[in-house]
Amino acid sequence: MNWRDKLRPAPAIRRIMWIWLVLSVIATPLVVIFVGPMLPPGSASDAAHGQQQDNTVMVGIVLPIIIALLLYFGYALKTFRAKPGEEQTDGPPLRGETPVMVAWIAVTFVIVLFLATWGAYELFPGEEGAGGGMGPTPISVALPADASSALPVQVIGQQWAWTYRYPTYGGLETTELVLPVDKLVRFNVTSIDVIHSFWSNQLAVKADAVPGTNNVAFATPVKIESSTVRCAELCGLWHGHMTSPIHVVSQAKFESWITAQQQKWAPIAKYLPKYSKTYAPEPTYRGG
Amino acid sequence: MSASRFRRTGVIFAATLAICAGVLIGLYVTLYLEAGEPQAVAAKMTGEHEASLTLQTVAEVGHGENNFWVSYYVQNPQGKWVHSTIFHLPAHSLVHVKVLQYDGDSGLRNPLWGQPRGVVGKTMYVNGKPLKVLNPELASHTFAIPELGVSVPLEGVEEEAPNQCESAPCGLEKAHNTIEFTFHTGRPGKFRWQCFVPCAAGFIFGFGGPMQSIGYMDGEVEVS
Repeated sequence: MNWRDKLRPAPAIRRIMWIWLVLSVIATPLVVIFVGPMLPPGSASDAAHGQQQDNTVMVGIVLPIIIALLLYFGYALKTFRAKPGEEQTDGPPLRGETPVMVAWIAVTFVIVLFLATWGAYELFPGEEGAGGGMGPTPISVALPADASSALPVQVIGQQWAWTYRYPTYGGLETTELVLPVDKLVRFNVTSIDVIHSFWSNQLAVKADAVPGTNNVAFATPVKIESSTVRCAELCGLWHGHMTSPIHVVSQAKFESWITAQQQKWAPIAKYLPKYSKTYAPEPTYRGG
Repeated sequence: MSASRFRRTGVIFAATLAICAGVLIGLYVTLYLEAGEPQAVAAKMTGEHEASLTLQTVAEVGHGENNFWVSYYVQNPQGKWVHSTIFHLPAHSLVHVKVLQYDGDSGLRNPLWGQPRGVVGKTMYVNGKPLKVLNPELASHTFAIPELGVSVPLEGVEEEAPNQCESAPCGLEKAHNTIEFTFHTGRPGKFRWQCFVPCAAGFIFGFGGPMQSIGYMDGEVEVS
């Protein structure tokens, strides 16, 4: 048997390959075009849109593999089923098929290598921020292009609530997060007790809140909508309740909200500590 | 006794033993869980859509397994103090809360909680005096129902105050501050409430202990 004959698949496999090719060519673009825009985390921020694109690429790669598996499964069930009354005998022994193994290794190698390259490239935030916590001093290549003009918002975690400080508005502290649309935001995430994780699924922002650490994350909200911030790090009894509202509004509404909040929190303003990247409240207090 | 009869007897005996063990284990788990859950206490109805809830906070329970833990107590409609932090409140009603605060001041970890929120008139009353904000350093505890937007700081008793309470529940003759406020309950539901001062910071329990335990500094408000 020469190599051409060796590489020629059995008729059943050939049939499956043709069906697989037709199904994949039809289904993959349809899923990418119509299902892709519905994949999480949505497109409420530039970072979220980037993650949605990544998920769409993954689905586009995985779908033909899923089709191949299900197709072979269904085909085998239907075609290779024993006929009524047929004697049950063992098939011919399976031995190493070098061409099949080479093809299998080559295909998986290319897919894994592509995903690794793609993933590494996507880690770089580009111009609008990648949404992930980058530590207290992000390396310059990971910074968004206009990082210096970003709106700084401090996120403070405490068992079991989030509060937010706006240093450019006199260190105003609030219990809800309001952001202007189409404006790059620099989140400075910290905690004043245990480790929490600031997570906005809709904005695709997730950064650990660690006591004594300023964890920086960037994102640009691009949709006017409301959603919920959650804690993504198990932090105690009411971890599941550690939520707060987040509203993305127009710049004008944001400015009027800031004014209203400054009035609302005026009584406590004089008692707030000076804005700082981290806070170290006296730990030896014993109260309740 | 034949072998088959012997076998049948053995199976019946083993099955009876398994059933008894199952019942006993179930009973033990049920009793354990029941014992761990404090009893719910209803607020005292004072009108068609009004109720009152009287609480006290103590520096030490003074007895039982966690005798050194800080804790809340609640007064039931009959006037008896109950060691519980699960409260029944009427929906769409005004709830007048009175807290008898017996613990010393320790300060707020986040000073923001020094401003009362979600209460009628944005005002709390400390020993009858209206306050829009409490110096965070004077606070001992907070009473907060985050989902209802309610948060009230509770002023602590001065360290040198005479006649301090050492074992709960504490009587009115002991040194205390009385904090009063009113909030609106709104829709029915089950909401958590908590204190925002880490009770055991600096101690072996860290941010755990009473801070993480229903029946001490956390609880549930059942609005119906």
